Amino acid sequence: MSTLHTVNKSPFATNALASCLNHAKDGDTILLIEDGVYGAATGTTLADTVTAKVGALSICVLSGDISARGIDQKRLIKGVTSVDYTGFVKLAASHDRSQAWL
Amino acid sequence: MADNIKKFLYVNRRAPYGTIYALEALEVVLIGAAFDQDVSLAFFDDGVFQLTKGQNTEEIGVKNFSPTFRALGDYDVTKLYVEQESLDERGLTAADLQEITYEDEDDDWAEKPSLKIVSRAELSDIMADQDVVLSF
Amino acid sequence: MSYEVNGATIEHDEEGYITTLSDWTKDLADVIAKAEEVDMNSEHWEVVNFLRDYYEEYQIAPAVRVLIKAVKKSMGPEKGNNKYMYELFPYGPAKQACKIAGLPKPTGCV
Repeated sequence: MSTLHTVNKSPFATNALASCLNHAKDGDTILLIEDGVYGAATGTTLADTVTAKVGALSICVLSGDISARGIDQKRLIKGVTSVDYTGFVKLAASHDRSQAWL
Repeated sequence: MADNIKKFLYVNRRAPYGTIYALEALEVVLIGAAFDQDVSLAFFDDGVFQLTKGQNTEEIGVKNFSPTFRALGDYDVTKLYVEQESLDERGLTAADLQEITYEDEDDDWAEKPSLKIVSRAELSDIMADQDVVLSF
Repeated sequence: MSYEVNGATIEHDEEGYITTLSDWTKDLADVIAKAEEVDMNSEHWEVVNFLRDYYEEYQIAPAVRVLIKAVKKSMGPEKGNNKYMYELFPYGPAKQACKIAGLPKPTGCV
């Protein structure tokens, strides 16, 4: 039983990502979308917190949202994977539920 | 400077695309530029993300308005303050931002940078020195 | 509301600006110009092409004073002035030329 969590807010503007990281269970997936993708970049004040969860959680970003914001793939935290819209649908289908952190 | 000219500061604290604030602020700046005031823009908190290089919105199907910042010089908007601490917190440096310049009419049209990286303390002083502050 | 060009129907808004920017062709420009009662010559085209390049680079249709300043910088003061530009486009160089160039209404034109 696993959950797909989506986070669409900038981690610097709200605590949605922080709270999601605190509540997600091992084996869950967090998909960062829209302004949420800023949470997947290296060198930020949050990068260590996110990095520590990679492995126990699967962390993904939506590729279109990364490109729109000019975030180079090379700047993504190691272990974070990029998915397109089809990948988003597959993730939704392969988890038992999805939970949006608004 | 004439007596009826006021100092206007547009405060940009939001990331682009996730909400409409960033684009709306830019449009207000462009329209407001017609009124010949002393205009500057401040970018801090998530607002610094508006100025990053290499934005490509093709996949998300919205307009990429980041090139428009480079037209601000044509509108005589030549002071864009960016807060260093906000860049640091987001793992960014000045090199991650677009180059934005203007041509100085009073200096034989010399090309000069519009972006000025300032500290949080300097930005506080800049905000405290305004007649009007508009927040987005 | 639409323009007819080479058998195609191109939608425009209530002021005559086309709604889908990628619909633009040179033939369409001639049709819009006719509707605007502008007889296109090489000088008109020079401004229309300048505006399309400006939009391509900055993603914005410039306000009239910005356009005239930019034309002055790029083509010289004999073209970058109000008189020359208003003679080419009597109903407003930015508004009318942007319409013919297939761009949105200029930003900063209230």
